[in-house]
Amino acid sequence: MTAHVMVDIRGVHKSFGRLEVLRGVDLQVAAGSVTVILGPSGSGKSTLLRAVNHLERLDRGFVSIDGELIGHRYSGGRLHERPEREVLRQRTGIGFVFQNFNLFPHLTVLENLVEAPVSALKRPKAAARATARDLLARVGLADKADAYPRQLSGGQQQRVAIARALALEPKVLLFDEPTSALDPELVGEVLDVIRDLARASTTMIVVTHEIGFAREVADTVVFMDGGVVVEQGPPADVLDHPAHERTRAFLSKVL
Amino acid sequence: MSTTLRTGSPPTVEGEAVDLAALPVVPARHPWRWAAGLAALVLVAQFLHGLATNPGWDWPTFRAFLTTGVVLKAVGVTLQLTCYGTVLGFALGAVVAALRLSASPILQTIAWTYTWAFRSIPLIVQLVFWFNLSYLYKHLGIGLPFGPAFFSFDTNGILGATGAAVLGLALHQAAYAAEIIRAGVLSVDAGQTEAAAALGIPRLRQARRIILPQAMRAILPNAANEVISLFKGTSIVYVMAIGELFYQVQVIYGRTGRVVPLLMVATAWYILLTTLLSVLQYYVERHFARGSLRTPPPTPVQRLRALVRQGRPGRPALRIARTVR
Repeated sequence: MTAHVMVDIRGVHKSFGRLEVLRGVDLQVAAGSVTVILGPSGSGKSTLLRAVNHLERLDRGFVSIDGELIGHRYSGGRLHERPEREVLRQRTGIGFVFQNFNLFPHLTVLENLVEAPVSALKRPKAAARATARDLLARVGLADKADAYPRQLSGGQQQRVAIARALALEPKVLLFDEPTSALDPELVGEVLDVIRDLARASTTMIVVTHEIGFAREVADTVVFMDGGVVVEQGPPADVLDHPAHERTRAFLSKVL
Repeated sequence: MSTTLRTGSPPTVEGEAVDLAALPVVPARHPWRWAAGLAALVLVAQFLHGLATNPGWDWPTFRAFLTTGVVLKAVGVTLQLTCYGTVLGFALGAVVAALRLSASPILQTIAWTYTWAFRSIPLIVQLVFWFNLSYLYKHLGIGLPFGPAFFSFDTNGILGATGAAVLGLALHQAAYAAEIIRAGVLSVDAGQTEAAAALGIPRLRQARRIILPQAMRAILPNAANEVISLFKGTSIVYVMAIGELFYQVQVIYGRTGRVVPLLMVATAWYILLTTLLSVLQYYVERHFARGSLRTPPPTPVQRLRALVRQGRPGRPALRIARTVR
């Protein structure tokens, strides 16, 4: 039996000037699965994640989510870039959690969660507020609805950012090093939230350096280096019996 | 007196064992600070005494003209010019800033050229130019580019002296406003636009709800500077014989010969209204600072109320301790 492919990444190339960051990446993510991307810095893993919701435009290749091309449209034997309005609509189906949270500092926690559902999905305000309060309870911050982001700790801010992404009920959640900006004692509370989401069969792609977390939560571990996927597989294979020398070298440094 | 502190042995003062940790600390004295302060106060007192006693200031004339109808009306004209200049200037400035920040190289260049031109031409030259626009174009019309006009107006009919002044002030102000607004937008962290885009928030809403409110923090101090400088800068339109404050006091002292007291009348109004603008600025800035500090600072009114309630200002613990000593 083959699982339904939620995210399909094929032959993705991306250069910044003369620097080729992604050099033909192929990756399939099954619906309801957790994929953790590991790799040294500069390996292109963050760029790949940003390419998935078209924050970076691709030079070649495509990304599709649930069968729909993201940022492109196929017609007449070519891929055409979609107008911004369509890309924005597509992004409402893709949750993105940033390394630096990027909460809106001038809005309260509740307003941060309500903004996109109301302005992008045209949800009624009252319903959006009710959903937002439920989500805040889910990440353990029900009492912080009226606080401003700067009044929260880093871990709390990242949990709000996750709730904000969930408020759009996305098909996929993308995490770009969600714990890298946090003090060590705050990492756990954020990983707990992601762990809960994994248990609820949310499709997720997580770029991280937390090997222990990858081993515990990931269905698939992907190792990237030099803009390509070097190897991928279940955590027990990739982390404990890596097939490639480069994977072994990386793991020996971070473990 | 010799104090010996050696590790391992108890501290001694002139051979006697003393528990230094238990001693009170006498703050250092600053006699020269007091001397300099007193000297400055003497100079200030001398200046104030001169203001009060020198008959040249002619305070009775000052009082007589400060609130006469002509002067009040002139203050009104000055405020009107400031309002139009500010509103139109910043509206046009916002458009120019948006063009400059757009992705189109053509629009960027046009915006850059606008700013370049209007920052290069002295305001007074511009004012005289707009004042004499009818010399260049007798009629103005709306129609097809390079084609026939649908409506046509007599230039002097729609652009009187006041109109020319407002136009000149607004166009001049727009060039500066555009740069201030652009600086504000650039000061907002790029992650904010990215987060808004990642959430699928529509473009215009991103600008209005996410970027501009944050940009306002950087825009406001500079914008207030511009408004205040425009407010006083309106005095330049006296060259067009418009009855604003500075022109009007000139007319009066031309008639009465009381130059100094009438200049003081204008000065008093400029100071009063600038003060009001500064107070307004404080509260507007405070509004846009929400979320940027963990606890917003109290307003002067709140601070005053706290003072009345407790009989002492907000955080004077240190000062009281020192005076009581």
